[in-house]
Amino acid sequence: MTDKSPSLLSVDQMSIRFGGLLAVSSMTFEVREGEVLSLIGPNGAGKTSAFNAITGYLQPSSGDVVYRGRKLNGLSPDAISRLGVVRSFQKTSLFGGLSAFENVLVGLHKRSTQTPLAIMLGLPRVKEDERRLEAAAREVLDFVGILPRAQEPAASLPYGEQRLLEVAIALAADPKLLLLDEPVSGMNPAEKASFVETISRIRERGITVLLVEHDMRTVMGASDRVICLNQGTIIADGTPEAIQRNKDVIKAYLGERSSHARH
Amino acid sequence: MMKYFPQAFLGLLVSVPFWLTDSYMLHILITTGIFIIAAMSLNLLLGYTGQLSLGHVAFFGIGAYGSALTSLGFEITLPGGIPLGVSPKPVWFAMLVGIVAAGFTGWAIGKLAFRVRGAYFVIVSISFAEVVRLVAVNWVELTQGPMALNNIPVLRLGWGSAEVAFLRKPAFYWLVLAVGTVCYIIISRLVSSRAGRAMIALRENEPLAMSVGVDVTRYLVLATIVSAAMAGSAGALYTHYIRIVDPDIFLFVYTVTMVIMVVTGGKGTLAGPIVGGVIFGLIPELLRTMAIKPEVQWIIYGVVMVLVVYFLPMGIVPALRNWRGGQQASSTAAASGPQMEGAGK
Amino acid sequence: MVPPGVRPGGSDTIHTHGAKTRLDQFLQHCLNALMLGGTYALLGIGLTLIFGIMRVVNFTHGELYAFGAYCMYALVVPVGMNFFLALLLAMVLGALLGAVIEMLLLGRLRGADIDTTMLVMIGAWIAMQNTEQLIWSGVALTVPNPFPSAPLVVGPLSVSWLRIFVLFTAVGLIFAAYTVVNRTKLGKAMRATFQDRDTAALMGVRIDRMHTATFALGSGLAAASGALLGPVFVVNPTMGDLAAAKAFAIVILGGLGNIAGATIGGFILAFAEELGAGYVSSGYRDAMGFVLIIIILLVKPTGLFAQRERIG
Repeated sequence: MTDKSPSLLSVDQMSIRFGGLLAVSSMTFEVREGEVLSLIGPNGAGKTSAFNAITGYLQPSSGDVVYRGRKLNGLSPDAISRLGVVRSFQKTSLFGGLSAFENVLVGLHKRSTQTPLAIMLGLPRVKEDERRLEAAAREVLDFVGILPRAQEPAASLPYGEQRLLEVAIALAADPKLLLLDEPVSGMNPAEKASFVETISRIRERGITVLLVEHDMRTVMGASDRVICLNQGTIIADGTPEAIQRNKDVIKAYLGERSSHARH
Repeated sequence: MMKYFPQAFLGLLVSVPFWLTDSYMLHILITTGIFIIAAMSLNLLLGYTGQLSLGHVAFFGIGAYGSALTSLGFEITLPGGIPLGVSPKPVWFAMLVGIVAAGFTGWAIGKLAFRVRGAYFVIVSISFAEVVRLVAVNWVELTQGPMALNNIPVLRLGWGSAEVAFLRKPAFYWLVLAVGTVCYIIISRLVSSRAGRAMIALRENEPLAMSVGVDVTRYLVLATIVSAAMAGSAGALYTHYIRIVDPDIFLFVYTVTMVIMVVTGGKGTLAGPIVGGVIFGLIPELLRTMAIKPEVQWIIYGVVMVLVVYFLPMGIVPALRNWRGGQQASSTAAASGPQMEGAGK
Repeated sequence: MVPPGVRPGGSDTIHTHGAKTRLDQFLQHCLNALMLGGTYALLGIGLTLIFGIMRVVNFTHGELYAFGAYCMYALVVPVGMNFFLALLLAMVLGALLGAVIEMLLLGRLRGADIDTTMLVMIGAWIAMQNTEQLIWSGVALTVPNPFPSAPLVVGPLSVSWLRIFVLFTAVGLIFAAYTVVNRTKLGKAMRATFQDRDTAALMGVRIDRMHTATFALGSGLAAASGALLGPVFVVNPTMGDLAAAKAFAIVILGGLGNIAGATIGGFILAFAEELGAGYVSSGYRDAMGFVLIIIILLVKPTGLFAQRERIG
């Protein structure tokens, strides 16, 4: 992506405080339309907190989150999702009692046109809508590659496929901006490699991706641009190649390792 | 073969008054049926949205009182000396008023109570039912208090010579069956639709449901309105069948009875409340033949509730389904997963 | 029809000596509320303690309260025991009953979700309530007390000696409970057990015993409030239900799990009931708790003194 792409989401001077702890300190960055942007940084750098604040799961102590010229601060998570900003979760998060297929059907909530009254009256257009949703669910499951597992209970899928199902649920929710929180953690190397390719296909669908990930191979393979956070502050912003050579980034990661050694 | 089971079962139920002439047995079936409707409505909240609502009897009672008062007519003085009088209305209209009143209460309580979840919600729902009971006891001008509303009229439909009075038991049995069938159909449509999936989703994982754009409160309130209106219809049926209603209708044990029916039969399944309802509708009769005091019946209910949670936590219907799934090992996915009735077929 | 159950603070404390001035009446209401508030606080604390530490909603709370009152009656009237000794014994028996309930019913549900334990406790509630009804039938009983029947009169105000004793005992028990939970080794072990079970076990805490001890403590407090209020009012089998409803309102007001909150919540409920009954309508005295809950939900759903986030 080029620098000329318009901004889709901008985070301006955002700080997040938990009691006395400053998790994110006046963070400022932009996500440009159509790019795959990764947020990296050592543990506790504030990546997940930033995700939660952008998607309405917690309120930033100060600063703004603006999506397509609209302030997201103070909106509920479901309202933000309805605007097109959809997230996945760091810890596996599924509707465990339902089948994979039903999980995706729930994800399609926003694309459905059924109203409560029409449902209770059993109007034919509800049935039509259901058929449309079922086709869409199969398409999404096929897109992430787990269509053969459609009828299996989500909780009994192998771990890697559960992670893919999470992405499928988020994709079903029709995102313009998709936030993925450590999507490949728990996947085996083959699954990770194919997920890099999945991300590029997601972008081809016209979806902008903001990725938080620890796995550097995935980050470097999938991203157009990388932002590195350390202790709540942005220390570097550039192409994957530039980030890999950045001294501050290297120091942050080495510093983390040496501080671990001291403990 | 199982596909047409509901229709075949309904056919069997319709035929009952033709071969069961024992009037007392029919009476038991009618009261059981009314309780099954109430249990089905509770299941929408307890089973599908996962909210343990322990004030459900309030909706039942509001339906009963609303319908009884509208059919009898009343005159009261509101605070400030404003007189309010309602002349007696036809019973079918009164029943609709009772249902709407219950639904409206469901809306108000849903808006209020779902600001909290978990233990808080449970306690708020209990308190709500208790207050409604206190109002029924104390607002003597409207409800006659403990003296009860008597001589509640019978439902009549049609005109002139084609008029049917729901006075005889077979006619009332079919009426209950009809209302129950409508409720069953509405619930089964809801739970296999977008709305029902949203309800189930927030039972399973509320943060994830929000992340795909499900407005959680909206669907909780929707479930409460539908559930309350159905409980209200059961109450309206009850009041025009028994033809007397007093504040005891709001007793907590009736909520507990509905909860036991749902939990034993299987929460979050369409058939669960029916199975549980039949069991706990017939147990009191069995105990009566053994000349056992009502207190003992409630003690047994309490113990059964504990035992069911220990040994059959999912309830009878899911347990049978799993067992059947074990028998037909090939269709495991179909047997263990269908929390969402009929979806994805 | 259910008997009206406990009607705390009713005619027993209001002694009208001819025409009182409005101010005197108001002061009398406030004094009655103060007397009542202490016992309400005690009633709420047992419930909030068990929830705060164990995350279990103890639906048998009201029945343990009724159990305490019946113990008091049985020990004082048929047995003829000393009033104060009976009070102590009722409390101990309540704690023992609580321990039995915990071991029998909750022992096999360790780690189960809150809905599961709630269902079990509701089953226990119904079973216990009807057992009481079966044993004692619906007749209301009175417990004699050794205090002078003439009230203490200060200026225009009057209050019975029994109520003064009850208030002071309740406040003493509240402080004792607070100290046990927050200042003793036992209290520390209790809190550790439910905050981080594995670490507590590693540190040598006997997990099962802590569950039982916590539940017994809360149950003892419930029985104590029943034993204290039984002699003030009449003892009947449905008294537990109303007590439970009030206890729920108190702990919601104060925030589930918050001992200080429950104490203040108890006084708030007492004042609301007393003033509501005095100036609005006595029939809705028992509805005041719910009115307060509605106001709290509208204004501050997290409770007046909530410690933790409780939504979602």
